[in-house]
Amino acid sequence: MSRHDVVVVGAGMAGLTAAVRLAEGGATVLVLAKGVGATHLSPATIDVLGYAPDRVDRPLEALAAFAERHPGHPYGVVGAAGVAAAVPWFAERFADGPLAPYAYTGTADENLLLPTAVGVLRPSAVVPETMAGGDLRDGGEVCVVGFRALKDFHPRLAADNLSRHPGVTARGIELDCVPEGRVDVNALGFARAFDDAAFRKDVVARVAGRLHAEERVAFPAVLGIADPHAVWSELQDRLGRPVFEIPTLPPSVPGMRVFATLRERLRRAGSRVVLNNVVTGAEHRGGTVTGVRARVGLRDVVHGADWVVLATGGFASGGVELDSRWAGREVALGLPVAGIPAPGEERFGPAYFGEHPMARAGVAVDADQRPVGADGARVFDNVLVAGATLAGAEPWREKSGEGISLATGHRAAGLILDAAGSAQRSAVAATEG
Amino acid sequence: MTAHDHHDVLGTLMRDSLDHCVKCTICETFCPVSNVTPLFPGPKYVGPQAERFRVPADESPDDSLDYCSGCGICTQVCPQGVHIAEINTQARAKLRERTGFKLRDRIIARPDLTGRLGTPAAGLANRTLRSRPLRLVAERVLGIDHRAAVPSFAGRTFQAWAKGRTSPPAQRRVAYFHGCGANWYEPDSGQRTVELLEWLGCQVDVPRGQSCCGLPLQSNGMFGAARKYVRRMARALAPAARQGIDLVGTSTSCTLMLKREAREILGMDEDPDLRVVSDNMYDICEYLVMLHERGELRTDFRPLPLTVTYHAPCQQQGHGVGKPALDLMALVPGLRVIENDATCCGIAGTYGLKREKFDIAMDVGKGLFAQIGDARPDLAVCDSETCRWHIEQATGVKTVHPVEVLHRAAGLS
Ligand SMILES: Cc1cc2nc3c(=O)[nH]c(=O)nc-3n(C[C@H](O)[C@H](O)[C@H](O)COP(=O)(O)OP(=O)(O)OC[C@H]3O[C@@H](n4cnc5c(N)ncnc54)[C@H](O)[C@@H]3O)c2cc1C
Ligand code: SF4
Ligand code: SF4
Repeated sequence: MSRHDVVVVGAGMAGLTAAVRLAEGGATVLVLAKGVGATHLSPATIDVLGYAPDRVDRPLEALAAFAERHPGHPYGVVGAAGVAAAVPWFAERFADGPLAPYAYTGTADENLLLPTAVGVLRPSAVVPETMAGGDLRDGGEVCVVGFRALKDFHPRLAADNLSRHPGVTARGIELDCVPEGRVDVNALGFARAFDDAAFRKDVVARVAGRLHAEERVAFPAVLGIADPHAVWSELQDRLGRPVFEIPTLPPSVPGMRVFATLRERLRRAGSRVVLNNVVTGAEHRGGTVTGVRARVGLRDVVHGADWVVLATGGFASGGVELDSRWAGREVALGLPVAGIPAPGEERFGPAYFGEHPMARAGVAVDADQRPVGADGARVFDNVLVAGATLAGAEPWREKSGEGISLATGHRAAGLILDAAGSAQRSAVAATEG
Repeated sequence: MTAHDHHDVLGTLMRDSLDHCVKCTICETFCPVSNVTPLFPGPKYVGPQAERFRVPADESPDDSLDYCSGCGICTQVCPQGVHIAEINTQARAKLRERTGFKLRDRIIARPDLTGRLGTPAAGLANRTLRSRPLRLVAERVLGIDHRAAVPSFAGRTFQAWAKGRTSPPAQRRVAYFHGCGANWYEPDSGQRTVELLEWLGCQVDVPRGQSCCGLPLQSNGMFGAARKYVRRMARALAPAARQGIDLVGTSTSCTLMLKREAREILGMDEDPDLRVVSDNMYDICEYLVMLHERGELRTDFRPLPLTVTYHAPCQQQGHGVGKPALDLMALVPGLRVIENDATCCGIAGTYGLKREKFDIAMDVGKGLFAQIGDARPDLAVCDSETCRWHIEQATGVKTVHPVEVLHRAAGLS
């Protein structure tokens, strides 16, 4: 049995954040994951709080009142201070990271309004530098450039919808550049093409003469995977105006940049992600977990740990499941699932982006992110829960998913480092005394 | 370690895992082949999507499946537990049953047979393999790319060496699964493995009757023959496993084959010999790290002032045990190890030998080769033999198994 200070379960935003902070703080960390997390799917903007339920302009300010109105919400657990600490920490991981100088910009103090692929303006707080130029709070003229071979990104649709926003004038153009002669190419294929100078030159040549004087230029978020800062800067220089990325449908190139950066930081700090390990249970003595059981291929193995961070995602990632009798199950450690509406109560609302009580189901925690049962008593003393596994949030409606994962992952690591530090100090005091 | 009841991955349930696909495209972003060639549409498409349309009596809806290298990376990254690579391998076998097997594939899928034939006339055989005109003929007639790295026959076998010696008795006994690679092509590396294990305090049995584990046959879709090979190998290794002796192998794709793939892909879970072999099989670095975790590994390695690169091959990553070779090399004083950030070197067993796939294999490996070139290492290190041959040929850097590094650090060479 291997032994680690901490086993982190899950390799999404929450798990990677916790693991990197722990490893950089000196802990020995093992990240076990069934597969890659939602980083590859989501736009990789840190959305702290977008709607509560009205649109939020200053998320950090809004957080305290929001948490009060939503008892049991993860933001009530981490507080505004937890969010304020996590955001700059995240941005700093990119400085000196594998993709530097590619950077994040913005603060949790105010939301930008960035276009989505269908031309809706979406509140978002901390975003890749390559997206920030899309902030249309003050309106503006936009030329949305798309590619015929890139499915699910329709520049004219995006532009038509954008033009409905007051102060925004937009139009779309579609280019016929096809990387490697493929019929259809996904976002990553285009990102690789943009890494190539000849492809960029071709794109610039096709766009440059067609722009109006005041227009900024939007591209799908495919501006390079190896050195996105260089690709984006070059396009701005050559086109002589702001250029920005609009998130695409999966795969998410900006999300892959986050994954690559956090994974490399983890590696540099002496730890790694081990995939294809499905955690199926905990070994414990009373309320203390001594190790996690994982299924690897056809075998069961036990990884010993002093601490466990559970960050397996919610229903979408299979971290929490529901059976046909409406019983919830937390799959990795068998923790109680809170917030499932009782029979007869409303489970889903009629509108897609409306309120859905079911969305709040998950693992409930106490103030120190320890899992608790229906009676509020801790289940395990040395397990901390982070990310979409947590009960109490409706991330889709609130636009809070990444903010919650980042802040709770960051704080879980901090709590463990503090506890381990004070345990060490008392051990030293005991030997000295 | 205990065996789990794996009802969710064996038999028809493994194929049924395709129902869990949510079309998230994560597998596509990692597939080394679809990322370099438009000939292959990627794991999501040929795996869970196309498999729905592969109805027993009907023709397969697509032949692009043939371009899947079987590297297994898609299965590793899929967050929904879809066994994409395994589904592909099974579908490919059905496709080949319909289209027939090429003579080339029949040959390259039987490294034991070529080993048996080439070994007595190693000099001549090696000259043939290194002769450009003859390789061009082989490319035209058989479709084996003339540029692809092929092994040399050693002219002697590891088994002959092992037969002539007895391992000194020790408390810990292990049985060495050497397979065909060490036997016919790299007997030196087999010898070093035995010497290292003995230095580490193990008594090493070398079970007789080992040949090829059947992996190349499985990859090339010849499931019937592959099962025969698996059964024969399992029969050779099972007696040791039944005595409670751990089985340790140095060929990482072959240990994976007997640990997991033969049971999952060839559907051989009922074979009692295979079950006991599978439950007790370890890749050598995995095994040594396990000993280290128990505080039972000798670690008085001597300093080795070298710079090496380490590439964890895709098949090693299929074990799901991290990168134990790095943990072991970290125990060697003075050794500087540069970890490569690459998932696959391109060769994927016999894939890159094929004329129509050699260029793809080189493109897949490009990033890795550049990293190795930039590092200017004394040695490149990698756990799988076909990958080592491919990397060495592509980079010109001598490429060795981690055991070779430890053997030197133990002062044995
Ligand atoms: C398509 C899409 C679009 C999104 N858009 C936005 C957006 O615009 N704004 C926003 O704020 N948020 C968005 N989100 C939500 C946000 O991405 C997620 O809430 C957040 O990333 C969740 O991170 P996580 O780390 O908690 O979980 P995940 O990223 O889901 O990671 C879960 C991890 O746990 C692993 N795992 C699961 N079960 C086990 C097990 N038993 N054993 C071992 N490992 C296990 C998984 O393999 C995975 O590695 C989006 C999500 C998706 C899917
Ligand atoms: S990673 Fe898995 S779930 Fe996602 S598209 Fe591929 S097979 Fe489907
Ligand atoms: S096994 Fe490898 S080559 Fe085949 S689809 Fe999966 S990732 Fe691609």
